[in-house]
Amino acid sequence: MARAITTQRKVIITAAAWAVGLLIFFPIYWTILTSFKTEAQAINDPPLFFNFDWTLENYAIVQERSNYMRYLWNSVIIAGGSTLLGILVAVPAAWSMAFVPSKRTKDILLWMLSTKMLPAVGVLYPISLIFVEFNLLDTRIGLVVVLMLINLPIIVWMLYTYFREIPVDILEAARMDGASLREEILYVLTPMAIPGIASTILLNFILAWNEAFWTLNLTAAQAAPLTAFIASYSSPEGLFFAKLSAASTMAIAPILILGWFSQKQLVRGLTFGAVK
Amino acid sequence: MATQHSRSAARLMMAPAVVLLLGWMLVPLTLTLFFSFKKYLPMRGDSLERGLDWVGFDNYVRFLGSSSFWPSVQATLVIVGGVLAITVILGIFLALLLDQPFWGQGIVRILVIAPFFVMPTVSALVWKNMFMDPINGILAHLWRFFGAEPVSWLSDASVQSIILIVSWQWLPFATLILLTAIQSLDSEQLEAAEMDGAPPVKRFFYIILPHLGRAITIVILIQTIFLLSIFAEIFVTTGGAFGTRTLTYLIFQRVIDSQNIGLGSAGGVYAIILANIVAIFLMRIVGKNLDQ
Repeated sequence: MARAITTQRKVIITAAAWAVGLLIFFPIYWTILTSFKTEAQAINDPPLFFNFDWTLENYAIVQERSNYMRYLWNSVIIAGGSTLLGILVAVPAAWSMAFVPSKRTKDILLWMLSTKMLPAVGVLYPISLIFVEFNLLDTRIGLVVVLMLINLPIIVWMLYTYFREIPVDILEAARMDGASLREEILYVLTPMAIPGIASTILLNFILAWNEAFWTLNLTAAQAAPLTAFIASYSSPEGLFFAKLSAASTMAIAPILILGWFSQKQLVRGLTFGAVK
Repeated sequence: MATQHSRSAARLMMAPAVVLLLGWMLVPLTLTLFFSFKKYLPMRGDSLERGLDWVGFDNYVRFLGSSSFWPSVQATLVIVGGVLAITVILGIFLALLLDQPFWGQGIVRILVIAPFFVMPTVSALVWKNMFMDPINGILAHLWRFFGAEPVSWLSDASVQSIILIVSWQWLPFATLILLTAIQSLDSEQLEAAEMDGAPPVKRFFYIILPHLGRAITIVILIQTIFLLSIFAEIFVTTGGAFGTRTLTYLIFQRVIDSQNIGLGSAGGVYAIILANIVAIFLMRIVGKNLDQ
């Protein structure tokens, strides 16, 4: 809003906004900070903010004891695999709906969205049954497929809203200049579609990374990703604040960084284009 | 460009997505419906191979009649309602605040959005241990600092604690969407109102709030769908104890802990119906948007 604003007013707003921002961020800050303390310092009363001996031992212990890398790798495979598979299936679908819309396009889109509303717990047993039947329980491939399916509606929707913004006129122009369909797709549409596809990949990677119903219920030791690894710390023996913090920090750090890049796409992706 | 040829090509391109989602919807749904009419207790020797007894609507009646059903509905409503109230009201305030010009806007925005990217098991565990632990939690330190008796949050104020944790996760989402909506507001309208002498409160209620109406509805609907099925936050904190057993969690326990598949499936059908009631409203808004 381009209104003249007094410096005094700006100072007050700055102070208020920063206070609120820091308050909301505090649990994350505190987790990161605690991960560098010893266990004794982690539960010190009063809480220690700066005056403690910074140590990396918690990270070493967590890695050594629980084989953190395996969970991390599982997370990467499951989130990455389900996202890429979803994109492969969704790009042609969103493409055809955006550029060759028919009377039923809207119904199909809304129907796809409605599958996203299916409460997971309502189909928990059938899915476990299918997993047992096909030996998919505690496998990464099983989770890749399930997470791909639950995120597919969002992927299709996001891509659709991006593709719809590509001006169709430009296609006609390319055709007039004698471009074949293949050239059209390769040289005209693809470069314009890539930013949208990239944002979609980003947001869905985050959603899949953080998914914590199917990953908790369909994995045990082999395919467990970070969500399940962290949940294992809820048992009483795991009650070590510094180690819990180190494990948590490692689990959220990659996604926090990616997340900050995806702010804008978040709105579009999670409101199905209803708010932009 | 919509020739017959391109139409059939389009259908072909859509096919994989449609077929996959159709399978994903129909297969488990049919199985859940099937089991909901059967007596199926694998621990007591029922098995699919030997065939299951048809029990009609028994499971549906028993699910509603069980002593844990109404408390779970109440817990669900209180948690969903509480989180919605907190995130929407605080979200509006935050969005208004962040929309003002101030120093470090970009950084504050990042700080506010960050909780949304924390995986549910992490935020639940961090809150449970490092904040709400009655001996070593930071809230206990704070309470003792002011000379008060520390609270056992997750047993004595369990529902409120869950609401707090889940609100912390979803406040960024509400704020971000409402902020996006505010930024699309025509500032000339506000300036005109200001020049005509409308005080800030009136400007808020007569211009900003009506403009936000649609965004607020969307936030409420989308959050409701996600909140109805919150799981990890309860799984790692109270495990459904102390009055935090929501409908989702109750069904989970019926299916997994007590292995009563028939009863759990009947509960699942109720959950699906409930989610669909909310979904219809959301779809209407989204659908309208498609026509524009």
